[in-house]
Amino acid sequence: MNLVADILGWAFIAAGSFFTVVGAFGLVRMPDLYTRLHASGVLDPFGVSLILIGLMFQAGLTLVTVKLAFLVVLLMFTSPVACHALARAALHRGVKPLLDDKGDASSKH
Amino acid sequence: MFAAAAIALLVALGLTVARAWLGPTVFDRVLGANTVGTLAVCLMAVYGFLTERPEFLDVAIVYALLNVLSTLAILKFFRFGSLGDPEDEEDAPRPEARP
Amino acid sequence: MRHVSLLIALSAFWLLLSGVFTPFLLAAGLGSALLVVWFTDRRMKVLDLEGHPVHLTRNALTYWPWLLWEIVKSGWDVSKRILHPRLPISPCLVRVATSQKTDVGRVIYANSITLTPGTISLELSDSEILVHALTREGAEGLATGDMDRRATAFEAAL
Repeated sequence: MNLVADILGWAFIAAGSFFTVVGAFGLVRMPDLYTRLHASGVLDPFGVSLILIGLMFQAGLTLVTVKLAFLVVLLMFTSPVACHALARAALHRGVKPLLDDKGDASSKH
Repeated sequence: MFAAAAIALLVALGLTVARAWLGPTVFDRVLGANTVGTLAVCLMAVYGFLTERPEFLDVAIVYALLNVLSTLAILKFFRFGSLGDPEDEEDAPRPEARP
Repeated sequence: MRHVSLLIALSAFWLLLSGVFTPFLLAAGLGSALLVVWFTDRRMKVLDLEGHPVHLTRNALTYWPWLLWEIVKSGWDVSKRILHPRLPISPCLVRVATSQKTDVGRVIYANSITLTPGTISLELSDSEILVHALTREGAEGLATGDMDRRATAFEAAL
């Protein structure tokens, strides 16, 4: 049982590290602000939460685990708010999104 | 393995700082700063495990709370030009979006 | 009922941060939790359906796992696109109709959209959300309204 938790923890940490680095790479590679926000969506709640869940498996059942769980929930609640505020502020200050010009998709209801 | 995760986080931090440095608009820089904060939270947790000092988690929780607040405060400042008064937020006329 | 649940949540938060179980510190935690409950209810008047939506707890147990699985799926999809040499993205803006009745429901839906990698809610109004999608497929997946239905079912608790 202990071994299973150990292996599961390492798997979560490895997956989280992978997604974090990929998200940061996308942050540099993407062409404009809004697509960069999508790349940060891979990194910000997702990859970081995977690493924290992996640490939870490593910690066993202590107060540390509860703290990590609280941290995951906190990130899951706050990061979309920050992301939405960022996108909305940029839109209102007139940062135009770079759109794919193969037809108009915004009329889709 | 904790060290590997820490190195991955440091690589991600470097790329994010590069984006905050390059970022053509101010919002790219805010995005970079916000992401640096989140990565720092995770790095604190991993460092606490690496050195077996779980006190770092308390710092990480407080930093996560402060990070989102600072991002929202910066964005509000850039949109309205002030941090505003919560009393008159409801009916105050919103300034038009400047080009 | 709402007061009791907020009191329990705040006391649990105190215990989580302190981790010391001496009588004095427990009493201090309970006292400050009571003070915060009084303050949020009487002075700030935010202890209502919006400020502390505890009535949604039971539905969250089915909504959150589904949402987590969606996040994993679309996160994998977006990271494949980031690593692809030709960067196969087709960013577009979509207006998505919302069918939620309360503000809490709309915020839940908009936050779920933002939390899923590949879609971001830009502007939230009474009946629709302006969404920026990384790919056309993501926008079409959102237009089917599956997440909208689930968020509506989530807010319709009790």
